Amino acid sequence: MSLLRLAWASLANRRLTAALAILAIAMSVALLLSVEKIRRDARTSFTNTVSDVDLVVGARSGAIQLLLYSVFRIGDATNNVSWQSYTEIAARPEVRWTIPLSLGDSHRGFRVLGTNEDYFEHYRYGEERSLRFATGGPADGADGADDGAFGDLFDAVLGSEVARTLGYRVGDPIVVSHGTGRVGIVEHDDQPFRVSAVLAPTGTPVDRTVHVSLEGIEAMHADWRGGARVPGQSTDPDTLRAADLRPRAVTAFLLGLDSPRAVLRVQRAINAYANEPLLAVLPGVALRELWNLVGVAERALLIVSSFVVVAALVNLVSVLLASLEERRREIAILRASGARPAHVFGLLSAEAGLLGLGGIVGGLALHYALVLVGGVWLEKRFGLATSAGPPAASDWMVLGAILVGAVLVGCLPAWRAYRHSLADGMTVRI
Amino acid sequence: MRGASGSGKTTLLSLIGSVIRPDTGRIHVDGVALDSLAGGARDTFRAERIGFVFQMFNLLPFIGLVDNVLLPCRFSAVRRARAMADGGTLEAEARRLLTALGLDVDTLGARQVSRLSVGQQQRVAAARALIGRPPIIVADEPTSALDADTRHDFLELLFGEVAAAGATLVFVSHDRELETGFDRVVDLAGVNTAAAQSRARGVEPAP
Repeated sequence: MSLLRLAWASLANRRLTAALAILAIAMSVALLLSVEKIRRDARTSFTNTVSDVDLVVGARSGAIQLLLYSVFRIGDATNNVSWQSYTEIAARPEVRWTIPLSLGDSHRGFRVLGTNEDYFEHYRYGEERSLRFATGGPADGADGADDGAFGDLFDAVLGSEVARTLGYRVGDPIVVSHGTGRVGIVEHDDQPFRVSAVLAPTGTPVDRTVHVSLEGIEAMHADWRGGARVPGQSTDPDTLRAADLRPRAVTAFLLGLDSPRAVLRVQRAINAYANEPLLAVLPGVALRELWNLVGVAERALLIVSSFVVVAALVNLVSVLLASLEERRREIAILRASGARPAHVFGLLSAEAGLLGLGGIVGGLALHYALVLVGGVWLEKRFGLATSAGPPAASDWMVLGAILVGAVLVGCLPAWRAYRHSLADGMTVRI
Repeated sequence: MRGASGSGKTTLLSLIGSVIRPDTGRIHVDGVALDSLAGGARDTFRAERIGFVFQMFNLLPFIGLVDNVLLPCRFSAVRRARAMADGGTLEAEARRLLTALGLDVDTLGARQVSRLSVGQQQRVAAARALIGRPPIIVADEPTSALDADTRHDFLELLFGEVAAAGATLVFVSHDRELETGFDRVVDLAGVNTAAAQSRARGVEPAP
């Protein structure tokens, strides 16, 4: 019978206190792993959202704010970019493509994005992946010809999450609200849109976006002046289809350039643009700024969860120390059977190690349960894609450190048991 | 060995078992000078040459009957080797001893050891002390918790197995009825008085 089996049997004999000590460690491990995972997944998720975009351009504000509202649909823009500035910059020779973005409306809590066909062609996420239509799409017009995703003025392309949550199919009508609140205060119910396509899931904010054409946004606001509806006025859809709906402004736009070398030059030109105060940012740089900002909070969370782990280890020591009194007899029997003090020491350390290991395994299980359950919620609430992948190398190091920590703190009760076993001799206390 | 409570029985057993060291004087057990042994060597001495039986609560409640008997083999290679030689396998030797001491392993083996009667527990403890044939068996009032009939049976079986193993049995009791079965009876009170007188006269007691 090996020492480890003996430790195991002894633990099994005190399974309630052992289980509680394991639970404490498991919960702390799960907390630590989950905090780390959310941190990493948030970064991956954000990084994955913009791929292949050289510059993000908007009205002058902060780089982080621009990135957040334009790409991640978080927060709102303070100002717009005039259509003229947009066309002038888009016409620069270095520019390969542009994606105009017009924000400010919503549909039942999901943002509505006005853009054009270039969005579906040039937008990239993850590892240079382009958007795919799950149902409907360019060749799905009434005539079967390729008339683009926005073949009709009132065509809307839904992100996968929008379609799934609200149960929309291609052909369904939708009504867009003014403003971005969860419940639209004023509805554009005079101009109903029609779902023309649903995009395949991307794990980015695209999934939670309702895409319409820039002209669609204009049409929606045709009877509106100064943020309110003109009473009694309602232009019928066919008149609007025939009207000139050239947008007056966009909220922001994404730029793709011919060569990476042109990025800084174009950025300087836009930031020094004379007609209007504009801001161009490199997504990577803005993201780094964002991480610097949230890094403080992340570190605070990490420190708190580390303390929870330490608390669990302290609890482990107290459980082991409390068990020593009732185990003096057990230790005396072992000593009488020839166990050396080293064996007693090893037994207690092995026990601490087993409890630590149990806590780690339990913590991993709890962590994955959390990821599976909480991941759905995170994705829904924040569009944060989480994946239940294997622990990262840094996680293994943390887990290893916790195990070593458990064995180390187990040395305190082990040392006390050792001292007892020397002092008690063969006197067996009952 | 006979003696009143507090006369130093357990201290003497601890000395023989090399669990504690004498502050002064010499102690030889089985030809080994225990007072000059280092810690590790004393542990080895005890594991290889001494089998212990306590007054009660001898067994680890969380391991099985046979595992309890085999505990000394876990800590002493010599006793493990001897037990293997005696029984073929460790398990077989444990079973042989238990059977010889009147325990039916097949019936009792599945039971938790804490569910055994006190008499049965003491027999398991005796089997553990005997496994691997250590030269000395130290028993600290092993029969005090047993009733008269069980006590008699236990002693008969213990004597038989100790004789079969060729071991010396050091048995502590304050029950004068048991004295008849032993080769020698030492009264600790007498020994203590002799020692006190020797010390008073400044004479080193004989080893």
